[in-house]
Amino acid sequence: MVSLLNALLVLVLLLNLFVLGTSRISALIHAVALQGVVLASMPLIVHGHLVLPTALIAIVTMLVKGSLIPQMLFKGLRDAQIKREVEPIIGFMPTTLLGALGTAAAIGLAAKLPLAEGHAQTLIVPAALSTVFTGFLLLTSRIKAITQAIGYLVLENGIFIFGLLLIEAVPFLVELGVLLDLFVGIFVTSIIIHHINREFASLDTRRLSALKE
Amino acid sequence: MITWWLLISVGVIAVSGVPGLLLSRQSDLGQRIAAVLNVIGSASGGAALVLQHAHPELSRAISIQWALPVGRFAVAADDLGLIFLVPILLISALGSIYGLTYWLQREHVGNGRKLRLCWGLLTAGMAMVVLARDGVLFLMAWEVMALAAFFLVATEDNKPEVREAAWVYLVATHVGTLSLFAFFALLRYGTGSFQLWSALPASVAPRTAMALFIVGAVGFGLKAGLMPLHVWLPGAHANAPSHVSAILSGVMLKAGLYGLVRVTALLPNPPAWWGVTLLVAGVLSAVLGICFATGQRDLKRLLAYSSIENVGIITLGLGLATLGRSLNRADWVVLGLGGALLHVLNHGLFKPLLFMGAGGILHAAHTRQMDLLGGLGKRMPRTSVLFVIGAVAISGLPPLNGFIGELFIYLGLFRTVTSTGGWGWVGLAAPALALVGAIAVASFVKLLGAVFAGTARSAHAAHAHDPDTLMLLPMWTLAGGCLFIGVVPLFVIGVLDRAVAGWAPPTLGSLGTIRNYVSVAWLTATAIALLAAVTLGALMLTWWRVNKPVRAAGTWDCGYARPTARMQYSGSSLSQMMVELLEWVLWPRRKSPKIDQVFAAPTDFESDVPDVVLDRGLLPSFGFAGRTLTWARAIQRGPVQVYLLYVLGILILLLLFA
Repeated sequence: MVSLLNALLVLVLLLNLFVLGTSRISALIHAVALQGVVLASMPLIVHGHLVLPTALIAIVTMLVKGSLIPQMLFKGLRDAQIKREVEPIIGFMPTTLLGALGTAAAIGLAAKLPLAEGHAQTLIVPAALSTVFTGFLLLTSRIKAITQAIGYLVLENGIFIFGLLLIEAVPFLVELGVLLDLFVGIFVTSIIIHHINREFASLDTRRLSALKE
Repeated sequence: MITWWLLISVGVIAVSGVPGLLLSRQSDLGQRIAAVLNVIGSASGGAALVLQHAHPELSRAISIQWALPVGRFAVAADDLGLIFLVPILLISALGSIYGLTYWLQREHVGNGRKLRLCWGLLTAGMAMVVLARDGVLFLMAWEVMALAAFFLVATEDNKPEVREAAWVYLVATHVGTLSLFAFFALLRYGTGSFQLWSALPASVAPRTAMALFIVGAVGFGLKAGLMPLHVWLPGAHANAPSHVSAILSGVMLKAGLYGLVRVTALLPNPPAWWGVTLLVAGVLSAVLGICFATGQRDLKRLLAYSSIENVGIITLGLGLATLGRSLNRADWVVLGLGGALLHVLNHGLFKPLLFMGAGGILHAAHTRQMDLLGGLGKRMPRTSVLFVIGAVAISGLPPLNGFIGELFIYLGLFRTVTSTGGWGWVGLAAPALALVGAIAVASFVKLLGAVFAGTARSAHAAHAHDPDTLMLLPMWTLAGGCLFIGVVPLFVIGVLDRAVAGWAPPTLGSLGTIRNYVSVAWLTATAIALLAAVTLGALMLTWWRVNKPVRAAGTWDCGYARPTARMQYSGSSLSQMMVELLEWVLWPRRKSPKIDQVFAAPTDFESDVPDVVLDRGLLPSFGFAGRTLTWARAIQRGPVQVYLLYVLGILILLLLFA
């Protein structure tokens, strides 16, 4: 069980690096959708045996992260007619390197944390830290509003992985609530994307600084 | 039971503006619905208050757990709250009737609906501030009140001066709210709960109590408009629609005073400096407020500064009562707080009356500048009679209500003179109060002279006429209230006695009543005698004028053939002597021409009395900070990414130091 979980977590880490390295936005959305689906299957593995609430949250997460949100992002993409992220504030290579360094640091940090017995042998904590860091890198280094939305999505994925640690303790209602928040967040962002595009004829968030005072 | 009844009444007022939102902008129906709901809510709330006063045992406090992690939904009505709730309900209902004509929806398509929505919210917010017994609920009600007032001040947000006044108010009110956050946090720290207005337990350190008093005095003082925390007040009151000015000045300032009254009751035996601070702040506000009022040229600004004066008088009375609390003097408590609370009621009657009168003038003559008005006494006889009643009441002259409230405070101050223990100097506040009264008379004589006497100085003023009945009716009601309290003070003394008893600590024992110190029968007799004399004089004057018609002719003007209206004494010239005497505090601005040749070219003279604290202190210092601190703007770069980095940085810092 642990080896399967670790294998999936390694996949998540690889997807993180891919997300940082790619310039095509459609590939980015696909990668994050895949990451979402992988994450959605994890509660089933961690929990060990199939119970209804676990299955429910897995299915809902899969639907929202794997299908609903990517579709909304693709729609935003079509509306805005963009394909690539150009001129990021930090280049693609440097961010990938930073991401790799961050992952290494996360593994180092997790080794030093006083974790519970069962958790020390999985990659949950390093993967969570590294995914949060990746989300943050995306948020700070990319310019297009749509990539920012994806950054938040990755950030939330990291938090979701953290949530796996507490899966026995945290009620599923909370998980579902987080999911709902995320959905509404992306929903609002896609509306904002539409409006930024119409107002500034571009999705460059740097243009928003015109509003600073 | 009564508490629920009150809450439902407040709820009806709160939603009074909502139906109008669903109706057409062009139709007056929504406005009528709002007024009807407001009057129903106020009448029902008033009935609940009467029942509460008659049978206090029927009233129970409500305390319900709510979904928020902090605080509770705790409300209760008591005798002290009653004094503040009466003006809230009364002015809200009268103001909404007044607004039916004054702010007719058809004529104010763009902002009428917003105004009425916020009107209901403001009233409900203020009522909840008085009713709340939980710090969190109190702050929520306080913010509803403050924000509704902001939108009301900014009703005509197409005018730049209105926007500026509204911003100054918003900044000031939020500084006040910040202090109140500190206040309630400290209260929580001291008592362990957000429960409100029970005395602090003896375990609270004196230092905490001191901090509570200071942040409470600043937070509530900003709302009350005590000098030098009054910066927002003149602009906001002058630029809001007149019935809004009426409720802001007559009622909302009292929310701040309500807070001060509660704060001073926190300790059973507070240190003497609490009372002294309030006493000094009250004297300063009263004297400076009325000094600034006398120099104003704008009718509503004059009234606004006079509000600062009245808040000062109330604070003075409260200071005396707090000192009495510290020194165990029941007579100071009874007369000081009794006078202060009566003045709260009184100012809630005559100040709205005056602002509504000013609204009538503004409606008819389209200007607030006293130097452009004049001669309105002949064209607006009813408004002028009402205005004179309000002016006599606010100047503290018998036989109207202003006199009674100030009399109690005077009597309390006289009693300090003979006290032992070195507190005789407190009596010096009495001459200060007399000075305030004298300058108030001078200011209102100036106002009445410039606005109602003489001849019109502008075309609009020349064609002014009395407003219609719906605007006059609320004013007659208020004038009737002023006269009623002035002649029959016995009626309110029972209410005041109970409120004072609720405020006073149990250690003082039985307080007795105000009637022990004042002969109410004499007050009534004097008032009736004065009224009779005035009526007799008026009848004789009328008789004389009927029998001997007045001959109309131009005033003798040194032989000049064509006198104009501009040659009259203006408001500024009437107050010139006062302004020059008070130059050291008012710092008036003058632009006088230099005439150095025999046939001088046409030229102008300008004079103005700006607000010393706002226009000469705060705004220049803000401008200076804006110029010198440009380097600090580097923090505000604009890109979203940079702000996210700030978030990360702060997070890491917190993690490192936590």
